[in-house]
Amino acid sequence: MTPAKKAKKKIEEKIFIPQEKLNEVLERLSKHFRVWVPVLSSSSNGWTVEFRPFTIESEPFFTRQSTMPPKSVILPQGETLFQYEYVKNSDDPSKQDLILKETINAEKTLVFGARPCDVRGFVICDWVFLRGLYLDVYYKSRRENTLFATLVCQDADDACFCSSVGGGPGDMEGSDIRITSTSEGFVLEGLNDRAKEVISLCECDPPSEEQSRDAQRIQEEAKNRIIGSLDVSGSVEAVKGQFQNMGVWRDIAESCLSCGVCTYVCPTCYCFTITDEIQGLKGERLRSWDSCMFHQYTQEASGHNPRPTKLERYRNRLGHKFCYFPLRYGGVIACCGCGRCIRSCPVSIDIRSAVERVKEVHSNACVCS
Amino acid sequence: MLASAVNPYLPELGRVVEVITETPTIKTFRIVLENTEKMQAFDFRPGQVAQLSVFGVGEATFVINSPPTCKDYLQFSVMRAGEVTQKIHQLVPGDPVGVRGPLGNGFPYEAMQAKNIIFIAGGIGMAPLRTLLLFMLENRKDYGEISLIYGARSPQDLCYRYEIPNWQKKGVDVVLTVDAEAPGWTHRVGFVPTVLSEEAPSPNNRIAIVCGPPIMIKFVLFGLRELGFEDWQIYTTLEKRMKCGIGICGRCNMGEKFVCADGPVFSMEELQGMVPEL
Ligand SMILES: Cc1cc2nc3c(=O)[nH]c(=O)nc-3n(C[C@H](O)[C@H](O)[C@H](O)COP(=O)(O)OP(=O)(O)OC[C@H]3O[C@@H](n4cnc5c(N)ncnc54)[C@H](O)[C@@H]3O)c2cc1C
Ligand code: SF4
Ligand code: SF4
Ligand code: FES
Repeated sequence: MTPAKKAKKKIEEKIFIPQEKLNEVLERLSKHFRVWVPVLSSSSNGWTVEFRPFTIESEPFFTRQSTMPPKSVILPQGETLFQYEYVKNSDDPSKQDLILKETINAEKTLVFGARPCDVRGFVICDWVFLRGLYLDVYYKSRRENTLFATLVCQDADDACFCSSVGGGPGDMEGSDIRITSTSEGFVLEGLNDRAKEVISLCECDPPSEEQSRDAQRIQEEAKNRIIGSLDVSGSVEAVKGQFQNMGVWRDIAESCLSCGVCTYVCPTCYCFTITDEIQGLKGERLRSWDSCMFHQYTQEASGHNPRPTKLERYRNRLGHKFCYFPLRYGGVIACCGCGRCIRSCPVSIDIRSAVERVKEVHSNACVCS
Repeated sequence: MLASAVNPYLPELGRVVEVITETPTIKTFRIVLENTEKMQAFDFRPGQVAQLSVFGVGEATFVINSPPTCKDYLQFSVMRAGEVTQKIHQLVPGDPVGVRGPLGNGFPYEAMQAKNIIFIAGGIGMAPLRTLLLFMLENRKDYGEISLIYGARSPQDLCYRYEIPNWQKKGVDVVLTVDAEAPGWTHRVGFVPTVLSEEAPSPNNRIAIVCGPPIMIKFVLFGLRELGFEDWQIYTTLEKRMKCGIGICGRCNMGEKFVCADGPVFSMEELQGMVPEL
């Protein structure tokens, strides 16, 4: 295919969904995909926004970043790794045999209305689950079966700092479809071959010239906007250099409650635990989200704990994102700047100020620079 | 390579074939994989570990302490510490278990060739060293003098007591010690670091491999440095609480290193470059 033809094709892959037609279109897509949309949660006085599987009653909510990221679409809060069952041995009934059953069952999924930072969360997690020594087959199967239709972000708030960590409100890395929300509805553009099926299933007309122009203006604005002003350069050296300076970690994390909320709302926190459940002779091995902010997380069988207080645990959380992860995975910062930990922390610990504080103490202490 | 190359979380099914009571708190389990081809193909380096499963209770990490050439069974010595280890202690021959491994790095035995070796072990710390010791005895001509200082709280707390004469026969200079005098005990009395100082092995062309409780390791390292051992001559294995064992769940990191994937064996030289979060 010549580049010119390719470009022409692109335009045909652009459609417009009028506001009032949205649910009809999502309903149509639901026949082919498990569609997740952000909705106001009924269980929190309608304040919390979370991603839920679409139903015809859903009222997709796009005007504020979701409280919980769509992390659970790829990495569910709890999932079965495999099932097992003890059965009697046919030759010797006093003995038991064991049957194992694998349970990988990813469905075709579409996340409609995620934000660039949300998708960046997965781009970061890919380093761990897809590019390490071992391939995480559960993550991989869901990742491969999930498409992202991502909203060009127009609603950054004071906690957002995506531009400081490699992203931005118009960043489409990891996305399959770009959604631009205009006054009358949504302009959708396919960004790769995977998007074609979704776009054609929508059965919508291409945008009018004016709608196209509107969308383009919004995209340009997003591209040019700088969200946040954290300077992450030097964070690797600062964390290492101040590792043993407990004073600075006390400054930062003295008020921490070890509640773990910051890790649960974080798109780039992926720690998990593995546990068994059994009833009678049948059971499952499960994995579920865990948090490095909890005391038990590193508690050893001898009773020894390498991270006995909240100071060591916060140091590890910050260190993981701004020092260890970049050291291990080619300079990638393990934070997408979504600001959720900042908004959700009950004692207002701000990871940006924390990084700045460690860097400041380090540069004052560092005679070399 | 993991037993299941496709799904790293899926254990290979095995069965307990023999249980040896080592001490009041430690039992040794010999396990055979159900799939005979996989059993024959199970290849590992001394120092590598596996996750042992008792389905319904969970998994825990143990060193594979049989030598890699042994294809009859995989051996694990398990100290009772909590829920999973308690359940493992109740297993009898014939019981099904799961094995996920081999995991981790193992000892760099190639780099130790033509060197004198001193093993320094405390308690259950003898388990990882046993494999390497047996491996070196199988390849005796590749190594220089081999010696062992092994200490336990009391004579009853020594593992593999029944094997030690055999090691000596093969030329290992063995020094055993217990914390306090005990009836019938004819070997040394005193803590491992003290015995090390008394033995005073020369650092000349020698590698020291240390494994035991953290407090013992700490004082042994001190002693080795006093004797003139340099960091590159000292290896140890680290213990961290583990879940996935494959560098994904995030639990066992020390800075940017994962004990499960980059360890559990580290030289003191490597440890110097890591954040001190022991
Ligand atoms: C590389 C490596 C090699 C090893 N090799 C061996 C070996 O060869 N032999 C051997 O015997 N051991 C070995 N171990 C240690 C072994 O893995 C542990 O003893 C084992 O995992 C304990 O598991 P458990 O389920 O019995 O203990 P658990 O039931 O998990 O309990 C362990 C401890 O965790 C703490 N804990 C658990 N739950 C809580 C809670 N809710 N709140 C607070 N604290 C809690 C307690 O201190 C408890 O005692 C090794 C470990 C590593 C990392
Ligand atoms: S650390 Fe905070 S700002 Fe960064 S990705 Fe996680 S929740 Fe978002
Ligand atoms: S949300 Fe705030 S208080 Fe809770 S663990 Fe995180 S930093 Fe600590
Ligand atoms: S045990 Fe999961 S990362 Fe090491």
